Amino acid sequence: MSDATVKLSDAAIRRQMLADFWFYFRQNRGAVVGMWVFLALVLIAVFAQVVAPHDPTAQFRDALLVPPIWQEGGKSGFLLGTDAVGRNMLSRLIYGAQYSLFIGVVVVAIALIGGIFVGLLAGFFGGWVDTVIMRVMDVILAFPSLLLALVLVAVLGPGLTNAMIAIAIVYQPHFARLTRAAVMGEKEREYVTAARVAGAGTMRLMFKTILPNCLAPLIVQATLSFSSAVLDSAALGFLGMGAQPPSSEWGTMLAEAREFILRAWWVVTLPGLAILISVLAINLMGDGLRDALDPKLKRS
Amino acid sequence: MIRFILGKLLYLVPTFVGITIIAFGFVRILPGDPVLLMAGERGISPERHAALSAQLGFDQPIWLQYLQFLGRLFHGDLGNSLVTKKPVMAEFLTLFPATVELGLVAIIIATAIGVPVGVLAAIKRGSWFDQVSMTAALVGFSMPIFWWGLLLIIFFSGILGWTPVSGRISLIYFFPDVTGFMLIDSIISGQKGAFTSALSHLILPSVVLATIPLAVIARQTRSAMLEVMGEDYVRTARAKGMPPSRVVGVHALRNAMIPVITTIGLQIGVLMAGAILTETIFSWPGIGKWMIDSISRRDYPVVQSGLLLIAGLVMLVNLLVDLTYGLINPRIRHK
Repeated sequence: MSDATVKLSDAAIRRQMLADFWFYFRQNRGAVVGMWVFLALVLIAVFAQVVAPHDPTAQFRDALLVPPIWQEGGKSGFLLGTDAVGRNMLSRLIYGAQYSLFIGVVVVAIALIGGIFVGLLAGFFGGWVDTVIMRVMDVILAFPSLLLALVLVAVLGPGLTNAMIAIAIVYQPHFARLTRAAVMGEKEREYVTAARVAGAGTMRLMFKTILPNCLAPLIVQATLSFSSAVLDSAALGFLGMGAQPPSSEWGTMLAEAREFILRAWWVVTLPGLAILISVLAINLMGDGLRDALDPKLKRS
Repeated sequence: MIRFILGKLLYLVPTFVGITIIAFGFVRILPGDPVLLMAGERGISPERHAALSAQLGFDQPIWLQYLQFLGRLFHGDLGNSLVTKKPVMAEFLTLFPATVELGLVAIIIATAIGVPVGVLAAIKRGSWFDQVSMTAALVGFSMPIFWWGLLLIIFFSGILGWTPVSGRISLIYFFPDVTGFMLIDSIISGQKGAFTSALSHLILPSVVLATIPLAVIARQTRSAMLEVMGEDYVRTARAKGMPPSRVVGVHALRNAMIPVITTIGLQIGVLMAGAILTETIFSWPGIGKWMIDSISRRDYPVVQSGLLLIAGLVMLVNLLVDLTYGLINPRIRHK
């Protein structure tokens, strides 16, 4: 007989972890639905040029405020009608998906990287480094996020880039706190001591030994922040502080449509519905991720 | 308990200092000279510029300016609005009751519906009620409330014609400002129809503002109840034959309420952010709309002080929540 120990390759372990994850994720039906909707949104955003019937800024002067096709007065070619200057609603909504997903990705990336870095520093070194960093995070958290983002945008000047930076700054403390808490829980564990004894340097300990074991709560928070970023950037756009007209960001579209609220329901209803559906899909997915990644809930 | 309170208060000092630094620094990091900004489009002569700078203290070192800012702050002096020239504090105090009234009604709606729904969903876990209410809660949680407000206006004001579109009360009523709360003042005034008018103006904005807190409270109550229902003391209570209503109402609910109260307290920040959007949509004359208007008018003293006051308020409410938490749960107090 050869040796009885089973040696699993790293790849096999990873495959097993993914299979486990998928098993638990699939238990939550809402999460799976949310995932499909989200994937559809990504596809629509990526292939917007192919899917959209018209250019999002093309104005059809002979077709102002045309209602959707199923309503009386609807015109073929304008499935969801047109807005006040004759732009195709469907095309604008499709291109709007690009904005929302782009904003979500950028905001979460900035907030996540910044938060992880700051949180690792605070959790790993402790002492005054920890105190100073965490007090600064507390100060940021003391402001209502939308208000702070609004004021930051007022300082930086309205626009999409500044709105994204402002929202990322406001979200960053959540990631910092989570990372710090996870690092403080992990750093006294045996495997970290073992790595330290084996001669791993500070950087290696921080980023290669400890960080991968703190990722679960961060992934869940990242999904939550993604949906909040879509909501908050739409709110900033609605208040005139985010993406500027004529861009087809959904919040900006809503702001432009406000005056037609009682005359043309579709210009108001559809952009908001698009925001709601994408945020809902991401939140559904987030619930499923939390169930699948949280070992405490797994056992019950 | 006193040590607990003092400890919490001490912990807040650095945060408050940080808030004042951000509010103070806000005007400094703005591109441009604050004196030129105040002068506006009319321009200003170099002599007048120097005189104004000296008068406002801009020629002094920055740390001294900050200390003076703090000194004025503790005397309740927040400067004057560039647009209306009135003291910022006075403007804040006139508009604040409108926001408090809106926020209070919203949080009452959210709690009065959210807690029972959460409890019922937890007791009937997996039932259709649980599934429907939790789906609704997730939709509410994902709601862009500025759009939700517009939808409600389309339906209730546009199609049904039941509610007015904006403001706090119909213009035909006029009565003295006693409490600042329109609902109470309209009753005190004794004018026929005033209360109904105030209520019909308040209902849509408060429902819109209540939406997200309601969803959060319902979800939090459900999960807190589920956790508590699995505890040993609940099983013991059941095993000794206690009626289910008493097990749920006394043993489970009281313990489940601890995290729920924290959640309700934490909604204050959410409410303030929501008030900015809600008040803008319904032209509600509160501090949310005041802030937005001031930001777009570049009325920096107002933005600066508003930021400070709102953050201070959120901090204070969080402190109260922490203290309540310690009061109900001795384990926290003695940690």
